[in-house]
Amino acid sequence: MLRYILRRIFLMIFVVLGVSFVVFFVINLAPGDVLSKIAPEDATLEEVEALRVELGLDRPIMFRYLDYMKGFVKGDLGKSYITGDDVFKTYMAKLPATLKLAFASIFVSILISIPLGIMAAKNRGSWKDNVSMVAALLGLSMPNFWLGLLLILLFSLKLGWFPTGGAIGFKSLILPAITVGTGLAALLTRTVRSSMLEVIRQDYLRTARAKGVKEKIVINKHAFKNALIPTITIAGTQLTRVLGGAVITETIFAWPGVGRLILDAVYSRDVTMITGCIILKSITISIILLIVDLLYAAVDPRIRAQFAKGGK
Amino acid sequence: MSKENLILEIENLVVNYELEAETVRAVNGISLSLEKGKIVGLVGETGAGKTTTALSILKLIPDPPGIIKNGNISVDGQDIIHASIEEMEVIRGKDVSMIFQDPMTSLNPVFTVGDQIAESIEIHEKISRNEAFKRAGEMLEMVGIPASRATEYPHQFSGGMKQRVVIAIALACNPKLIIADEPTTALDVTIQAQVLSLIKDLIEKNNASMLLITHDLGIVAEICDEVAVMYAGRIVEKGTLEDIFNNTKHPYTEGLFNSLPNIDDRNAILKPIKGLMPDPTNLPRGCSFAPRCDYCTDICEIQPENRMISHTHSVACSAYENPEFSIVRGSK
Repeated sequence: MLRYILRRIFLMIFVVLGVSFVVFFVINLAPGDVLSKIAPEDATLEEVEALRVELGLDRPIMFRYLDYMKGFVKGDLGKSYITGDDVFKTYMAKLPATLKLAFASIFVSILISIPLGIMAAKNRGSWKDNVSMVAALLGLSMPNFWLGLLLILLFSLKLGWFPTGGAIGFKSLILPAITVGTGLAALLTRTVRSSMLEVIRQDYLRTARAKGVKEKIVINKHAFKNALIPTITIAGTQLTRVLGGAVITETIFAWPGVGRLILDAVYSRDVTMITGCIILKSITISIILLIVDLLYAAVDPRIRAQFAKGGK
Repeated sequence: MSKENLILEIENLVVNYELEAETVRAVNGISLSLEKGKIVGLVGETGAGKTTTALSILKLIPDPPGIIKNGNISVDGQDIIHASIEEMEVIRGKDVSMIFQDPMTSLNPVFTVGDQIAESIEIHEKISRNEAFKRAGEMLEMVGIPASRATEYPHQFSGGMKQRVVIAIALACNPKLIIADEPTTALDVTIQAQVLSLIKDLIEKNNASMLLITHDLGIVAEICDEVAVMYAGRIVEKGTLEDIFNNTKHPYTEGLFNSLPNIDDRNAILKPIKGLMPDPTNLPRGCSFAPRCDYCTDICEIQPENRMISHTHSVACSAYENPEFSIVRGSK
């Protein structure tokens, strides 16, 4: 098991290399550069060029990339061209808010989708199944920004229960978490339902019933534990997506997360900030995916056995 | 035969699978009884309704689409048909338990075998989890698996070992009646005999009774006291081992014996029963075996009645209206 974890961490090096390379070069290809943002508005062409030389932006991109990676290896992700802040510190300052929103959304999503998915599968073809599937379809088709605006309109402006935005205390977390969470729940409900349907006709449930196990326990314990693997896969993927920054939701609710940080950096062509944030984001996501894989092993002894053998 | 002595009594059981487009008539009025301490074999081809009959006893027919349309089942005097779900949960595993056909799919892959055995004990004997787990270890020893393996998962066991685990689950609470649904069909021939003698020993030791479902006449000859031959949802012939094997009456039973390979005469050509079992959604009028029967006459258009040959032996074949009639095998 430890060997597996170490191997995964080793592989992360290649992820970082790949991600940094692609991001660095692609940003460079994009029109416009950071100089137009930081040079004074009345700067002459000469002054702008002088600034370019000063920042080292006149050197070929390959060298700039190597310089950047030299710094990266030493743990220095550089400073923002715009604000001069340390990239690592800025990212870390925003990460807690993003983590909070991500886990809260997944929590909301799981809270809705697991009971709903199980109920739908158990009553396949009945009105309960149809209602939950229509609800899931609605959740899938409803754009986040629209739902977010509706929630603000009702709960913040009309009823005044929750703040319209910002990240002050638990109350401000609720609306964004519901906005993102219901969107995620739609897919997760369908996943839970279909994997439960797969499991529900297995022979071992009949064995459990023949032992005298109560129907509720047959479904919620014997069947559900087997349906967990696909559910964890989807929930894990969703978590990484939200961690990458629910940009739209963060914008609507003025949520000070990583998503908005990156978006702002892209607007201003702040190459060090963009590259640094995306590398850190990919590391965060790799770690989450590793945890998801370890969760598989916790749930399924067959996968655990594969880990123990050092395989896969 | 007094009723108190019966562990299982099935009367006129009718089970249908009612699908949207059609109705599958799986069991069409069978009656069967099982004395305490006896092993009865229920023999027939795939699709004859054997498993449906077995599942009816535990009320585990998948519903929908399966419905018990008619009949009575009682286990040790308890009415099964009218029992509530809660009552059934007490009966299942404790009074009646089942050994399933396919050990590969009958065990839950994400729980240890010890937990799966212990669960039954925990439910029915109301003891703590730890004690139940310890008992599960003893059960494993009883079926010939070291108790230390109780913490392992089904994928760590071979097919024969898994079936031993399934047997341990079934016997965990000393049930009075065990229904074994083709318990050796999915196993290697070398393992079959082992598992079979294990089951037989344990049944005798626990003083239990067993309904053994099989299509293998060899197994029947080895361990059963009585035999019921099933065809298209009906019992066509019923009797002691002696009655069925040495005094075969029904043409279908005869067909079953004729289709066995003969080890003494390697040149003998196999004589399978011609044709196929009738479509259970569209059973023929009268005797359902008639279309495949060599002795079929006009009289077979009428549903044959059960005819007692002796006080242990009965056959459902209209040909015996004619007192002269005898089948080829029987006359040998």
